[in-house]
Amino acid sequence: MSDKKRERAVILQKKEIADGIFDMWIATEEIAGMAKAGQFVMLYCSDGSRLLPRPISICEINSKEKSLRLVYRIAGKGTKEFSEMKEGMELDILGPLGNGFPQKETSAFVIGGGIGIPPMLELSKQLNCKKQIVLGFRDQLFLEKEFESYGDVYIATEDGSAGTKGNVLDAVMEHGLQADTIYACGPLPMLRALKAYAKEHDIECFVSLEERMACGIGACLGCVCKSKETDGHTNVKNKRICKEGPVFEAQEVDF
Amino acid sequence: MNMSVELAGVTLKNPVMTASGTFGSGEEFSDFVDLNQLGAVVTKGVANIPWEGNQTPRVAEVYGGMLNAIGLQNPGIDLFVKRDIPFLKQYDTKIIVNVCGKSTADYCEVVERLSDEPVDLLEINISCPNVKEGGIAFGQDPKSVEQITKEVKKYAKQPVIMKLSPNVTDITEMAKAAEAGGADVLSLINTLTGMKIDIHKRKFALANKTGGLSGPAIHPIAVRMVYQTAQAVKLPIIGMGGIATAEDAIEMMLAGATAVSVGTANFHNPAVTEEIIAGMESYLREQNIEDIRELIGAV
Repeated sequence: MSDKKRERAVILQKKEIADGIFDMWIATEEIAGMAKAGQFVMLYCSDGSRLLPRPISICEINSKEKSLRLVYRIAGKGTKEFSEMKEGMELDILGPLGNGFPQKETSAFVIGGGIGIPPMLELSKQLNCKKQIVLGFRDQLFLEKEFESYGDVYIATEDGSAGTKGNVLDAVMEHGLQADTIYACGPLPMLRALKAYAKEHDIECFVSLEERMACGIGACLGCVCKSKETDGHTNVKNKRICKEGPVFEAQEVDF
Repeated sequence: MNMSVELAGVTLKNPVMTASGTFGSGEEFSDFVDLNQLGAVVTKGVANIPWEGNQTPRVAEVYGGMLNAIGLQNPGIDLFVKRDIPFLKQYDTKIIVNVCGKSTADYCEVVERLSDEPVDLLEINISCPNVKEGGIAFGQDPKSVEQITKEVKKYAKQPVIMKLSPNVTDITEMAKAAEAGGADVLSLINTLTGMKIDIHKRKFALANKTGGLSGPAIHPIAVRMVYQTAQAVKLPIIGMGGIATAEDAIEMMLAGATAVSVGTANFHNPAVTEEIIAGMESYLREQNIEDIRELIGAV
């Protein structure tokens, strides 16, 4: 029995929630029922000049209604195409892909930066522990209110327009926050800082990485990252972000 | 209606196979494709020892195609023989192992290791544009093409396919050299060397700077080269380069290919190989063609 499917999904709702950031609910037959927090899906363009599917993290899963929420930023022509699609239109998707976040019962930092915030919403919903949610933005806020039902939310903005002026770690320091496990998705400098913080405090840190991908299922070896341990697949130290990832224990991989 | 074709004495149930490097050893795609339906699975290149491959980013999309510079990351022949061949053996399809190396000795070592394995054909990759040693270095000079073909043939128990590069002035010179060296089959084309620059970051899109261009963008070049090669040598040809539909596959056969490989299209639709086979069957029915072999070189 396969744990992933390629399906034709229908767009249920779509709106722009911040400049260039789109919020879309899609109906899927099987993928929503199989998906876990921290996994992603591949979206295929209908324009034939764009061959490669776009990996998009899953923001929310509604397995009862068989739907998925995807929140993405326009990063190029492919995501622009999705952003211009209308409710009721169909698109091909593949998923769920990747491993998703492990879920521990220790107190948790749930940390998202920029377009790394969306996958942290489903995780916040599912984690069964004390959660301190730290969200970092450049300036415009999005999704922040929806996190409030799942834990204490702390905001950092680069321009200081809301919450702590600075980055997510500045917010952690300012409020004197502590937790036993970090879950994070966001830009590499943020993830690197959290990796160092976790090492210093001797706590676990699970980061979700991204890389340019082609197949999304572990065949093309496009999206590897250097790992401490030998990967089982090709016997070198290259883990596939689409397959063994996208979530890794931060100390286990180089990024 | 006959869909089967023959390559150096090996009968394929249909002419559609996967292109090396786009399909792993089939395991990842087996969720989407019934491997029993394929003429053959061509594995990702395997060397004598594990290779780490290049730095990332390794892939980039371009208009109508993509660039890749994976750098032949592979598990080495030991793990491959233990894991990948038994996996493929479960299916009723032919197994073609793509072999890569940094030296003639590397290629010969892998070929020799495979001699007693249940592998149907060997494809020798002398055309990878993304590695510093080996790969394309063997495939751009007729003398070295002939020489490495001869060497590999000394160790090979299975028929040998030489995979040719389009990054040459005249591919027919390489094809003739491979034929002179004793090749049983030719496959072409590998990717074309390309480059993409991110204008916002003013950086190369790929860590390797250059990468191999594949996808529909290169299909007409591949058709032309298969046609020219078919005119120049007697060997059967496996045609590849941007095949994404049954029409593309039929076009390639009309140009002179006995079989076809589907590569980049697997990324756009993981079930595309089965759809291409079905589409080719419909074409034969519509055209009242009894035997698919009638298409080979029939332009």
